[in-house]
Amino acid sequence: MQVNHLDVEAGASANGKVFEVEATVKSNVVVNGEYRKLVLAAPAKVLNCQPGQFFHLLCPVSAEHQPYLRRPMSIYGYYPEAGELHFLYKVAGEGTRAMAMLREGDTFNIMGPLGKGYVIGADWQNLLLVARGVGLATLAPLAQEARRLGRNLTAICSARSPDVLMSAELFRDMGAEVITVTDSEGTSGMDHIRAIIADRIAQNRVDALYTCGSNRMLTMLQGLGAEHGIPGQIALEQQMACGVGMCQCCVRSFRRGGKITHERVCREGPVFDLQEAMAW
Amino acid sequence: MVNLTTRIGNLTLANPIMPASGTFSEDLADIIDLGVLGAHVTKTVTREKRGGNPTPRVCEVRGSMLNSIGIPSKGIDHFIQNVIPFYHRYDVPLVVSISAHSADEFARLCEEISVPGVSAIEVNISCPNIEEDGKAFAMRPSSAHAVMKKLRGASDLPLWAKLSPNTGETTEVALATQEAGADALVVSNTLLSMAIDIHTRKPKLGNLMGGLSGPALKPIALRMAYQCAKSVDIPVIGCGGISTIEDVIEYLIAGATAVQVGTATFINPTTMVRLIDDLRHFLSDQNIANVSDLIGTVRDADAADAVVFMEAAP
Repeated sequence: MQVNHLDVEAGASANGKVFEVEATVKSNVVVNGEYRKLVLAAPAKVLNCQPGQFFHLLCPVSAEHQPYLRRPMSIYGYYPEAGELHFLYKVAGEGTRAMAMLREGDTFNIMGPLGKGYVIGADWQNLLLVARGVGLATLAPLAQEARRLGRNLTAICSARSPDVLMSAELFRDMGAEVITVTDSEGTSGMDHIRAIIADRIAQNRVDALYTCGSNRMLTMLQGLGAEHGIPGQIALEQQMACGVGMCQCCVRSFRRGGKITHERVCREGPVFDLQEAMAW
Repeated sequence: MVNLTTRIGNLTLANPIMPASGTFSEDLADIIDLGVLGAHVTKTVTREKRGGNPTPRVCEVRGSMLNSIGIPSKGIDHFIQNVIPFYHRYDVPLVVSISAHSADEFARLCEEISVPGVSAIEVNISCPNIEEDGKAFAMRPSSAHAVMKKLRGASDLPLWAKLSPNTGETTEVALATQEAGADALVVSNTLLSMAIDIHTRKPKLGNLMGGLSGPALKPIALRMAYQCAKSVDIPVIGCGGISTIEDVIEYLIAGATAVQVGTATFINPTTMVRLIDDLRHFLSDQNIANVSDLIGTVRDADAADAVVFMEAAP
């Protein structure tokens, strides 16, 4: 029997979708008290991304930190012209602690881009996104895409206090109308956010709703979306092992056609229809 | 040019590297060319639709992982209509992993899954048997023999029995499975384990316990593969903790005719492609012409049988 010829170039892709590559760290700095921003020099083949997609990161093992499985992380920014890939993260566990040790010039094994991202409908002129804390990072590429397509974007950015508000500046740079709400100013309650959005809906200024992560935000937006017939999408998180759909680890429940169905966050998501997602 | 081909009964594989069930699917084709693998082994399918276990389904321990996925399955009809046709595009043997909670249901599934396009059936007898108080079929020689006998009667395709490390009767189970008609043994499945979060005091898996896989399992599965290869005449396929070429070579020397790579693919999805290339280089560097020249060459001639087949550390 003929032995198959092998292409063993690292990350050789069968159909050109997903690659395992060694990226190089350009910077990895604290951006405020709580978050770090990692900037990687990455090959062009992994920078053909969609907003809302993620990478599966092989966090470095050291004497102090021994993460084993890869860690999924949503893309904060992809810049094919500059050859850069950005991640915004909060140090929370073994994986992000290990990531925080990365220094300029280090190599970092990444796999992606993975999953299905946010979709912007052809006739959606006015987009509204709402997210909190590091969740805003997931929505940053959506702002970039909205600007590229010439759509209007309103970004409601929530945080504990104004000094830890993420990405408001980035959204402004992308031409978005930015509304900040914080716990310390007493403006981040769901009722208040709901009123802000309802007001814009009343003025016919919302064609689609975008969010990620939070349960309370999901429930509030589902109510508004259903009431006014406005479509929406949510990026969800779930613990993952393989990140590409093989292991069935990252399933969540969804409501579809009157039935409960299970889907893989890594493969069918991480972005799902707002009304099909289920609070947890 | 070295010869990587290996034979599992009447099947010839282009090379001895294949995925372990549950760590492989069509989705991996997004990242590697599945056409280079020695065989394709699908995730275990059951007759009926199953939802699987509560989350979290996976957790990591130092340098390895635990899983309790629970065999979610879209059922046999979906599998025959959607999964098997996907693999038609490859000239690689397709091995379908199946499981059931009773011997009769197992045999029925074995018969129904014996369709064109399937080269062999991996019978996952490491899962709990509801007729034996939830003990896995492969834990005892008697239950392994009984289910294997029924499976043998249900299909003419090669049957690979996937054994469990959760037994104290490794060679007895292997011999019983061979006697009942298995064409090969896959050694082994995951080892029942547990992890607890010390802050919340909750088990880290939604199902409390799960199977250990990854490098921590390798010495255990290697020992079992060696004992099985020593005791049976049918081929043994090594499985457990393989991530480097040294791991592959070690299993081959222990007596494995081929190996399955599982958890390592989660860490580096290109692992199997790299291992095939590394194997070619290893053989070439060592002036070994054929993979088969390595198989079972462990130098254990001085050891007594009592030592070879022991089930407890002295």
